[in-house]
Amino acid sequence: MDFNVWQSLPVVAPEIGLTIMAIVVLALDLSLPESKRRNLALVTGVGLLATALLYLLFWFPTATVPDASSGFAFGVQEGLYWGGMVRHDSLAQIFKVIVLIAGGLTALMSIDVKGIGRKGEFYLILIVSTLGASLMAGASDLIMVFLALETTTIPLYILAAFKREDGRSSESGMKYFLFGSFASGLLLYGLSLLYGFTGQTSFTGISAYLGSAAFNFNAVPVLGSLTLIIVGFGFKISAAPFHFWTPDVYEGAPTPVTAFLSVASKAASFALMVRFLLGVFPQTLVINGQEIQGFWVNLASVLAIISMTLGNLVALGQKNIKRLLAYSSIAQAGYTLIGVAALQAHSDTSIAAIAFYMFMYTFTNLLAFAVIILFSEATGSEKITDLAGLSRRNPMLALAMTIALLSLGGVPPAAGFIGKFFLFQSAVEANLIGLAMIGVLNSIVALYYYLVVIKIMYVDRSEDEDKPIPVSRPYVWVLAVTVLAVILLGTVLVSPIFDWAVRGAAGLFA
Amino acid sequence: MDAINFPVLSLIIFIPIIAGVLMLFLPKDQKDLVRGLAIGAAAAVFLLSLFVYLNYNARVDQIAQQQANTLTMAGRGAELAAFNLENYAPELVQATGTVSGGSLTSTQMYKDGMVFEEYVPWLPQLGIAYHVGVDGLSIPMVLLTGMVAVAGVLVSWRIEDRTREFMAFFMLLVAGVYGVFLAQDVFMLFFFYELAIFPMYLLIATWGWVQLREYAAMKLTLYILIGSVIALVGVIAMLFVASDFYQNAGAGVFEAAKAANILRADTPTFNFNLTSIMLAAENGAFNVAGYAGNDALTFAKFWFPFIFMGFAVLAGVFPFHNWSPDGHVAAPTAVSMIHAGVLMKLGAYAALRMGVQLLPDGAAVHLPWIVFLTLINVVYGAFIAFRQRDFKYVIGFSSVSHMGLVSMGFATMNLTGMAGAGLQMFSHGAMTALFFGCVGMVYDRAHTRDIPSLGGFIKVMPWVGLAFIVGGLTSMGMPGLSGFIAEFPIFAGMWRASETITLNIGAFSLSNYYSVMVVIASLGIVITAAYVLRVTSQVFFGDFDREKFPDVDDITPRERFVLLFLGTPLVLLGMLPSIMAPMLEVGLRPVLAILGGGA
Repeated sequence: MDFNVWQSLPVVAPEIGLTIMAIVVLALDLSLPESKRRNLALVTGVGLLATALLYLLFWFPTATVPDASSGFAFGVQEGLYWGGMVRHDSLAQIFKVIVLIAGGLTALMSIDVKGIGRKGEFYLILIVSTLGASLMAGASDLIMVFLALETTTIPLYILAAFKREDGRSSESGMKYFLFGSFASGLLLYGLSLLYGFTGQTSFTGISAYLGSAAFNFNAVPVLGSLTLIIVGFGFKISAAPFHFWTPDVYEGAPTPVTAFLSVASKAASFALMVRFLLGVFPQTLVINGQEIQGFWVNLASVLAIISMTLGNLVALGQKNIKRLLAYSSIAQAGYTLIGVAALQAHSDTSIAAIAFYMFMYTFTNLLAFAVIILFSEATGSEKITDLAGLSRRNPMLALAMTIALLSLGGVPPAAGFIGKFFLFQSAVEANLIGLAMIGVLNSIVALYYYLVVIKIMYVDRSEDEDKPIPVSRPYVWVLAVTVLAVILLGTVLVSPIFDWAVRGAAGLFA
Repeated sequence: MDAINFPVLSLIIFIPIIAGVLMLFLPKDQKDLVRGLAIGAAAAVFLLSLFVYLNYNARVDQIAQQQANTLTMAGRGAELAAFNLENYAPELVQATGTVSGGSLTSTQMYKDGMVFEEYVPWLPQLGIAYHVGVDGLSIPMVLLTGMVAVAGVLVSWRIEDRTREFMAFFMLLVAGVYGVFLAQDVFMLFFFYELAIFPMYLLIATWGWVQLREYAAMKLTLYILIGSVIALVGVIAMLFVASDFYQNAGAGVFEAAKAANILRADTPTFNFNLTSIMLAAENGAFNVAGYAGNDALTFAKFWFPFIFMGFAVLAGVFPFHNWSPDGHVAAPTAVSMIHAGVLMKLGAYAALRMGVQLLPDGAAVHLPWIVFLTLINVVYGAFIAFRQRDFKYVIGFSSVSHMGLVSMGFATMNLTGMAGAGLQMFSHGAMTALFFGCVGMVYDRAHTRDIPSLGGFIKVMPWVGLAFIVGGLTSMGMPGLSGFIAEFPIFAGMWRASETITLNIGAFSLSNYYSVMVVIASLGIVITAAYVLRVTSQVFFGDFDREKFPDVDDITPRERFVLLFLGTPLVLLGMLPSIMAPMLEVGLRPVLAILGGGA
């Protein structure tokens, strides 16, 4: 693999941007006086969003080498860079944009949160975690996989425990660390086994060796390592039965961290999972007469069914809104795994469905968490019953939360409807009608508890009805952007985003 | 007549949405402005609906004329030059509709009956388009929706609690309902179907009757959504079968349909276009034996019950009717009106469109047993209505009973019965909205709905009493009112169907049983008469007790207008069925053609 640093640099443009951002934030942290420390959040948030925008405009993937004859050429050719460490394609682009947006909006919605909003190190660690997640989106080498994964997760351990004086936060950080490092260990073991079998670290290299005559004797150890790796990913995306950390961590971590954790880390893990499974164990790979794809497809189906059913059923009994969203996030991982299972049809639509789902899920979940932040900062409560009367205290906030919950539940015109539709459609296309049925029925169960929350906001009365909930300017912007995104992604923006996602899929079936 | 070039149907869908969104941004205390905006939007969509209704025949004639001209120019069918709606001739379509390796007849008829079409690609990669149009079946429903929307806003005039939100959600609901009736794209149909359900939930749960609202709203929402998502999976599977068909055996038909302008030239094989799926159905794409590895099974046979019943849940078919009386009783008056009046028809309409029209062979196998369920609806619903003490529950169960007649009309699978079902959908819609309006007006003033404790209300509220009597007579099928011209054809259709329909379950075979069912079903009418008369005598006649009901006074002019507005079509349609029946016939011909029964 040739290694041209100069050519490889543009591929990591967002990561370079993030590094610069980290340094800037560090410098600002040292120099800003107490009265102006709110600017830290603004700089981080706007900076990350601007990075996403610049990346979209200037370093998009192209099919051929961009023509540089007329001065500066936009775009970078698709392919492997950094000696095969990362791949530059539309799929990586989508997921990088997702994590950058997630990081940026998280920074903006941390601005007025007590205990973290004015701390420079919070933003610094957030940026580093975003950087890791961004690398995950393009990783196509075992070394890079692990490196990126840990760069994402280790800062998240710290962030989860960021409110040191709050016992729940420390507990959350500790639990996350223990579970997370255990999962990383399993994943690493699986990866090292793969390296041991093949002597290769790049996805294509491993796949080629496994498929060659030299390795055509026994599929069982390969399946063993694949299982370990999927279990590792299962932890990261909080799929049941590897979800035990999720509710406690979501509940205890500072809410902006929960928001970031629930979208960026999950989206990047899905990107990595899809790339890894299709790259290392494609449809064509047959070891000793055994098709490997069937194995992971079945595993993904099983995980999907367990995650959806368990997540939704347990969510029914939750009293804390963050715990509710934690179980809902387990269920959402289950829906998305339907898309992974549907990869067996070898169709662009299933990858596009996953990418679209994660794209809209990012905005939806951030919207929900933004409302929760505002609510709990004003009232100090995270109990679902305390949301009573929200539609009288702040009608717009109640409406925003309603839109978020409807999107999670899959009701049009919110984006969740079309997101789920794509997933179920890809399942039907892959002839997994039973899985699609379980999925749609689960989405009804889920709708029940979302509707209960909506009912509490609109119907139930409370004694604090006359106390309005203030919303400061940055939050207005975050809410406006996310609400608009959720509605537009469910209506007029579907076609362009879907196109984009399909382009991303094309690279994987090369 | 010149073509009207403004997008009427899109305006009908988007005016309520825009009005609803605008309302949310008005200040909280501007309640009159909100009401004004709501009635303005409702009146606008009603007038547009009326416009579409009145122009429908002319439009269809125009299309038919064009076709006749084309044929004449092609040297065929000169005798068909005098071509109009009354003799909208299937033979003409036959002349254009036969192609090698397949048939376009039914689809061509369906396409010809569809006017005011609008088409905007929405997700062309998957063949999804924003595609709206009206045909003979949807046009009465469109008019009905407009009427109930206006009436609904007017009866909700006095809602003071969060007026802004109430009206905004109501507008969204109206838009969703319109969307379903106008959608010519399966995806859009589901989109609007689900769009309509959620505002319904909030309206009932927030502004409904305190004792029941949360339970009833949740029950209603979950029932309806479970039905629709199961149908959704079936429909997606259907699309893949159709796409497969067009890529292989049906390629010729697909191209022919494009050439005949039935499908757009850029239609991909995988698409959500209702017409395209119908074409696949017509050419037997869903009848290939061996579905799911079972030799006796075809796609149509397997999926019909799921898709039909999935939607029929909303039409209140037994045993899935359970949500409906509770939902109606718990809902605020305007929502009961739109719910029983329009939304239940949404279920029946979608079941007919997606079930019968797209899976005709499934219908032929399954409707003969589904008819038993509808019979239970008709008789049992009426019985339960008779037993109620609560005024609103009587009307709620009467809806179950009457909607059973609609489904029964579908099950006849002949023109008479199905046209009756179509008329019944309209007639029951206006009638039940009128009923709920009456109940609401009584309850608002008397604060009780307990029938035995009411009495003599016609003395203080003569208009309400009169309206209720007109509605009641319609309900029991009095000649001269719309109920008669709707129910009579359904029963006549049942008799006719009796000769042709046989139920086969394994070796067991049952024939000529439709005639028996008519006799039993007519029992339902007798019971209907009984409960209507009972309620009328107990609530409206007898002595009025002023001490018990000190606040009861006569209704306002606004409310009188509502009653008049909803009552008039009952009489009008009863006297002149010809203002609606021919349209329904145009709408039903393609369905019957695809069912194989002809006219």
